[in-house]
Parts: sequence; structure tokens; C-alpha cells
Amino acid sequence: MTSRNTPDGTGIAPVPSGEVNAARTRRVKPNTLRRAEARAGLALISPTVIIVVAVVVLPIIWSISLAFQKVKLINLRSSGVFGNYVLDNFESVISAPGFVDTLVTTVIYSVFGTGASIALGLSATLALRRSFRGRGLVRSVMLLPYVAPVVAVTFVWQTLLSPQFGFINHWGERLLGWSEPIAFLTEKTRDVSFFGLTFHIPTALVMVILFEAWRQFPFAFLFLMARLQAIPGSLEEAARVDGATISQRFRYIIWPQLLPTVAVLGVLRFIWTFTSFDDIYLLTGGGAGTEVISVRVYQFLTGRGDVGLASAQALVIAIVLAVMVGVYVRFFGKKEADST
Amino acid sequence: MTIASKRPTQRRFTRDEFENRFFGIIRWLVIAGLLIVTVFPFYYMGLLSVRSLGDVLNNPGALWVGINDLSFGAYTRALVSVADGGEGFLGFMRNSAVLALSTVALTLAVSIPGSYAVSRLRFFGRRHVSALFLSVYLFPSILLAVPLFVFFTRVGLRGSLIAVVLVYVSQTIAVSIYMLRNYFETIPVSLEEAAALDGASRLGIMRRISLPLAMPAIVANGLFVFMVAWNEFLFALLFLVTDRDSWTVSLGLSQLTGNSIEVPTTVLMAASVLTTIPIVIIFFASERLLTEGLTSGAEKG
Repeated sequence: MTSRNTPDGTGIAPVPSGEVNAARTRRVKPNTLRRAEARAGLALISPTVIIVVAVVVLPIIWSISLAFQKVKLINLRSSGVFGNYVLDNFESVISAPGFVDTLVTTVIYSVFGTGASIALGLSATLALRRSFRGRGLVRSVMLLPYVAPVVAVTFVWQTLLSPQFGFINHWGERLLGWSEPIAFLTEKTRDVSFFGLTFHIPTALVMVILFEAWRQFPFAFLFLMARLQAIPGSLEEAARVDGATISQRFRYIIWPQLLPTVAVLGVLRFIWTFTSFDDIYLLTGGGAGTEVISVRVYQFLTGRGDVGLASAQALVIAIVLAVMVGVYVRFFGKKEADST
Repeated sequence: MTIASKRPTQRRFTRDEFENRFFGIIRWLVIAGLLIVTVFPFYYMGLLSVRSLGDVLNNPGALWVGINDLSFGAYTRALVSVADGGEGFLGFMRNSAVLALSTVALTLAVSIPGSYAVSRLRFFGRRHVSALFLSVYLFPSILLAVPLFVFFTRVGLRGSLIAVVLVYVSQTIAVSIYMLRNYFETIPVSLEEAAALDGASRLGIMRRISLPLAMPAIVANGLFVFMVAWNEFLFALLFLVTDRDSWTVSLGLSQLTGNSIEVPTTVLMAASVLTTIPIVIIFFASERLLTEGLTSGAEKG
């Protein structure tokens, strides 16, 4: 390195005698260094890769193979990797009663859950944008639903919504004049009259979507806030000088900057909501019209002990998910390309 | 603003003024609404845990409890072991702590060298490795549940600590590597090069230079992994449900709420508080570190 910085700036060192030797060592030495670096890198990364391959990649492959076999927990020991591959499981999955309902429920749950959590997160981000006393505390408190143990918060929600001694029903009957307590989490549909129109509201499904929005909005909030802070203030200042109002500044300056983050959040949250198990299993147990695909997988696996069926069902989730995300990315990527 | 307010006769409300006022009000309404909605369930949890059961059933709408009506009996009953007439949450908490701490130790032991390699060293397959971790991070755990359940049942390790820790590590390792890699990349390479010129070996550099510098990120990461492992429910349910002695707090709480006729709500609320408190403490102690670690890189869009 130092030999390049010759005083005359040409880069040609005026010492020809040792040059050949130096050049040779330079050529050889980086090579061994490079090799040593590569070896160190592989050595350091290998424990991670081994764990990931052993506990994630191989199980996935095995699961795909199980989906094509007739395997139950009871006859598990007799089945090998090279069993009889059949499509029976997929037939059973698709023809099983309630398959379409479950799929539709899952899609509704994920679309509305994702949308509501991002919308709430965006409102929180914008509301907390300008600083005020105690903003830091407010911000941390708003992240609580996301970090708190899901079992504890679902239990509190259940208690709050309970028809026997729930807080909501107690005050609903006294303040809002409900004639009878509403079984929020066990009632499938309810007719609500509104300006003379009657709506069929899927009560329990609405509640689990609200829960999802409540528990996941901090995630969107966190990422949108980080993105918002990175937008240079000068842009908005210039627009303000030009007379743009708050809503115009949001529409033409803030929103376009946030859009890529919103898009990524949309994909991430959709994937996780589509396959989420804990929330619905704990809130309703999958009853009252809230059965989603992951709860079904769990029931096939533990209730029936039908490994093949559960694997096939899981594979169906993965395929549906991949197709939907693929379409979304395709559509969105195209829109993105058009707008720029 | 000042010009407009000096000439109120000309035009009562410009659009700008209207929007400033409108959103000024809306903003506080949103903040207040969100605060109530996020805090209230936690407040109610704490409130029910210190009220007596009869009191709660008589008046579920109460928003506070008098000093004289405070009762901590629910906590005692929740914590004490089954043999002594309680629900055994002390044992569940110990199980959760052991599981979570083992997960933290193993995850860090594996992901620190791994993330260092990904951020600093050029080796064959480095890009593929990053892609692999991203897909693992995105991969939903319910899809892994079936094969892992079947595998550990078959080798007879289902219900063992090792199996659960391994699964937890695989769930946290991708985020861990992502967070640590981002941090390692903010440390100037020149520091390490200086040490290398002074004759330090690769391991020496890692131990003496990079690790101490990355300590804040490592601590944040450890806390994050602890929280994930403490809160985890699905795999605990699949692997540990058959043996009450190995239940975690989350699993214990969910199993006891399932038949809440036998266990009073107040006791379960006390158990919920006990499950939540460690997480809340860790979260408030490390909030800045955590949020920065998680979202670093997100600013780029």
C-alpha cells in the first residue's frame, strides 16, 4: 500500500530491485489471507447454519414428504422416508367439512387485521410526531400490547368481554342500554340495526380482528416512526412556506415517503397474521366462526393425531400464502415502478 | 398565522388555519384514545388481582379498589405449589426462567460469531446465508410445528428441555443475527485493522475489540430473546403440555384459564400479572436499546 504513494504521484516506485519479490509476496499473501478469512467466516457461521438446517430446513422438507403419506401418530414408527406417496391427504384436506369457510375466515382475519393494525400504527405515529412533555413515556407505553405475553393479554380480554361478569357488558347494560349481555367471543353473528338497515355482524370474528389490531399496531408504529424520523425536515418546511396545509403536506410529502415502509409492513404482517395461532386459539379456541387454518392444523395434529393430514393442511397454507404474497408483490412492485 | 390573525374581518377561516386547529384537536384525541386502549387492559389486570372474588362478581364495573379492600391472597394462592393448595406458578416461573435463559445463552453463543462473520468476513455463500436467515425469519412457526412435533415424538425427546430450547433458538436466531449484524456494521473496520497491525489474531480482535464495542447490542439482543422465549406459547403447548411439572408460565396460565370454574378469576389475574411483570420490567429497562436494534436499517425503507 505505502509503495503506491510515491512523492511524484505517478504511483511508480523508483526502487526496481526489490519490486519483483514484493510483487510476488503481494500476490501470494492476499490470497492466503483471503483464504484464511473465508475459513474463519465459514467456521464462525457454521453453528448457526447447522442449527437452522437441522431445526428448520430439514423439518420443512420432511413435512412436505409427510404430507404425501398416510401417517398417524400411532403408526409413526413404522413409516419411513420412502413410504407410499399418495395424494389422499390433500383430497381429505380440501373435501373436509368447513375447509372453504376456514380459508375465507383466515383471509378476512388477515386482511382486516393487517389493515387495522397498520392504520392504527400510522395514526399513532402521526399523532406522536411533534414532541411534548412525556412523549417518550407515552411511546413506550403504547408498545406494551406488542411485548406483553399473549396468554396474559388474551385472558384479560376474555375477562373484560365476559358475558357474566365482564367490564364491558356491565357498563354496556348500564350506560348504553343493552338489554342483555353480549357474548362477544362465543357468538357467531348478530343482527345490528342501523338507520333502519340490518347488518349481520360476525361478532366473534370482529373481536379477534380488533384484538389483532390492538396487539400488533405497536409493530407498525415502531417501524413507521423510525421511517418518519429519517425524512429530512427541509422538504416539509419548503412545502409549508409554499402554503401547503397539514393534509396536503401529508398527502404529497409524508405519505409517499412512508409508502414503501407501509408496503413492507403489509407483507410481513399479512404473512404472520395469516398463520398466527396463539391469538385465536387462546381467545375463542377457534369456535364461533373464528376457525383459522392454523388452528385446524393444530387440531388435526393433536386431536386426531393425523400427521399426514396436518402436514398437508400446513402445506396448503404455505401454498395459498405464497400465491397471495406473490400476487401482492407483483402488483405492488408494478405500481411502484409506474409511479417512479 | 400572525398576519391572518391581524385581519380577522377579511376571512374568518383559511383552510390552513382550520386544518391546524382541527388536527391539533384530533391529535390529542388520538393520543388519549390510544393510551386508554393500550393501558386499560393492563390496569384492569392489576386491579382484579388485588380484589377479592366476591367483590369482583358483585361489581365487575369498579374502576378502583379501596385500601381496606385490598387483598393479596390471590398472589399467594397462585404462587404456592399444588401440594400446598396453590397453583404452582412459582415452579412455572422457574421453568420459564430456565428455558428463557438457556435460549438466550445458546442463541448468543451461536449468533455472535455468526453475525460477526456475516458482517465482516468474505466467504463463499455469505449472501446465500443472509437470504436463508431472512426466509427463516419470515417462516411461520405453525408450519414448523407439525414436523418438529413428530420428530421429537419419534426420537422420544418431546417434553425434554433440550428439544424446546433448540426450537426456541431456531425461532430467535434469525432476528438475533440481523440485529447484531446491523450493529457490527456501524463499528468502524479501521479499529480492527489497527489491532490486526499490532499483531492481534482474528479471535483476539473479536474478543478485545469487537465484542466490547458491540456490548449494547448484545445486551439488547439477549433481552429480546429472553422476552420471546418467556412469551412463547405454541411450542410449549405442543411439547410440554403432558407434564404439569414442566409447564412454563404461559402454558400454565392458558391451561388453568381453560377450566376457570375451578380456579377463581382473581387468582388467574394474579398469575397474569406475575407472567407480565418480568417482561414489562425488562422492556422499560431496555426500551431504547431494543427499539433501535429492531428498527435499525428500517429507515432506509
